[in-house]
Amino acid sequence: MEAIHALLIPILNLDLLALIAIGTFAGIYVGAIPGLSVTMAVSILISFTFSWEVYPALALMIGIYMGGVYGGSRTAILLNIPGAPAAIATALDGYPMAQKGMAGEAIGIVTVVSFIGGFIGIFALALFAPLLADFAISFQPRDYMFLALLGILLVGSLSGESLAKGIFAGALGIGLGAVGMDPLTFTERFTFGTDALRAGVSFVAVMIGMFGISEGLMQLHTINTPAIKQKIGRIVPSWALVRKHLPLGLQTSTIGTVIGALPGTGGDIAALMAYDHATRVTKNPEVPFGEGAIEGLVAPETANNAAVGGAFIPMLTLGIPGDSVTAIMIGALFIHGLNPGPMLMVEQPDMFWFIVSALTLANFFMLAFGLTGIKAFVKIVEMPRSVLLPVILLLSIVGAYAVSNSLNDVYWMLGFGVFGYFLKAYGYPLGPVILGIILSRLLDDNWRRAIISDQESLWMLLKGTLSSPLSLVLFVSVILIFISKTPLWGMMFRKRAA
Amino acid sequence: MQTNQPRRPGELVFNIAMVAGSLFLLWSAYGISGFEALSTPGAIPMVTTAIMVLCGGLILRDTLRKGPVEGETIAKDILPMPVIVTIAAIAAYALVLKPLGFLPTSFLFLTVLVRYLSGGSTLRAAVISLVTVAVIYLLFRIVFTVLMPPGIVPEGEIIAWFKSLFAGKGN
Repeated sequence: MEAIHALLIPILNLDLLALIAIGTFAGIYVGAIPGLSVTMAVSILISFTFSWEVYPALALMIGIYMGGVYGGSRTAILLNIPGAPAAIATALDGYPMAQKGMAGEAIGIVTVVSFIGGFIGIFALALFAPLLADFAISFQPRDYMFLALLGILLVGSLSGESLAKGIFAGALGIGLGAVGMDPLTFTERFTFGTDALRAGVSFVAVMIGMFGISEGLMQLHTINTPAIKQKIGRIVPSWALVRKHLPLGLQTSTIGTVIGALPGTGGDIAALMAYDHATRVTKNPEVPFGEGAIEGLVAPETANNAAVGGAFIPMLTLGIPGDSVTAIMIGALFIHGLNPGPMLMVEQPDMFWFIVSALTLANFFMLAFGLTGIKAFVKIVEMPRSVLLPVILLLSIVGAYAVSNSLNDVYWMLGFGVFGYFLKAYGYPLGPVILGIILSRLLDDNWRRAIISDQESLWMLLKGTLSSPLSLVLFVSVILIFISKTPLWGMMFRKRAA
Repeated sequence: MQTNQPRRPGELVFNIAMVAGSLFLLWSAYGISGFEALSTPGAIPMVTTAIMVLCGGLILRDTLRKGPVEGETIAKDILPMPVIVTIAAIAAYALVLKPLGFLPTSFLFLTVLVRYLSGGSTLRAAVISLVTVAVIYLLFRIVFTVLMPPGIVPEGEIIAWFKSLFAGKGN
């Protein structure tokens, strides 16, 4: 009964409904315009909505997230520039379709399959998250510690050009998360005797700097790239076309949900894996992959939208973000005094069902907005970046200032923006830094709890890990993921093959 | 772990700085509680900074093995003039925001950057900036209720005047 009531909250409240609709609409544009990312938009939004009630703030952010993941496909198809990393695979076949004058058809099928994928991800969230949360209540501190490590390791190893850079970025994030007074012992950590650092580094300022400013600076390199104009024909796909590709869409939605639910992995990895799956299972595509195959659109777009629902599973049940956007949303929930994890599911189940309902509504809005207004959309996407980028930078500055009406946060934002710019320029991924900051506390607290309960003995901790099936699985996963990314893995398999 | 991409200009210096910074942070982490116990507040900072030193070392080793990229320079590909100007513009914005106020600072910031980045006329940049600042101000002041420094603009009086205008219509 409580669940039904919570599910109805965003449906019956017109303000919330409007915020989800506005968020989804804005998200489609944010996701579509190269240089604007969902992560950037959500991180800027936190600073503006932290004084709001939690439901309206979440409604807006969920709309932006859902719309943004879908919106990235638009420019991938029209301009061969993926609006978001999750749409990289979509450009492979979407742009060739647009070159053949089929941009409308491509956008139409992408919209419908994105809706199907999004729905499957949300369904999985509603079905599995409560079960996982019940199970997660019995998690030991060492299990949380391994989960946090798993998340950082996964995102570190998958998001960058080298494992060392990914792990470096993750460790940097954990270090940044530790700055300030230790909450358990009130010991100063990395404060260097300065008052400004005692309260820690502003998470929102770091986020806006890393995702808003650094991305904006990066975009300056290609600011004068002229927009390519496209003609739009038929948009709404035929039922026969949708039905034909439904089996593949269901398979890749499942892949997307599972990948999205893994801590630290998001829609970009899900889309690439789904595309790879499609190329393997589609024996005779009507048009070859890479030249405008519909299957090449169905697979990544179902997967990246399914990953949205999937990413909320670890976030809401374990307090571990599924991707960088959910990492920022965890930050938003912290700001609103909520602590995502199994206890949130037990103590405030209405929050969970509200999120499920808001995601479902955003999915419907995405379908509606996705199939309409495409011609007007094309005009906006063609807006010169020399105008758009200064506006984004201004919004970032206002956002950083608004956190605590302090110019210090603007300087932090600028500092981290420039630092993030250099990190990006030299191939370091930024996702692990944010994930590290978010997971720092979880890792630190649970490590200390685990080692204290094992009487400060690493041997006892190892014995405890080996005697608990869950801890053992997590521990082995951490070790295997690490080894699989090192040359050791290749050597082991080469030896076996020999 | 190693990539085949060539070394970008300044990459070696940056990676050396990363290793040096990591070593400094490791030293700072050691200073928190040393090797007293495994559950001290310095334990995780020490492990993470040690990992940073280790990974930084591996990255540096790989960077040293790579050959420099052909045709790229710091001035053209890493820190081109638009990036430097933009960073300077943001820093200048932060410096004059309090004394000058949100509206004039934002207008100047946008006009200068739009004019510089697009190369169009100053009037066009000024009109775009005026409209944009007005929209941002109304949206964030009214919808998000964000308070920005008024500076030299008598913001309170302007808002009061607007309110009295609408109050008059209602009567």
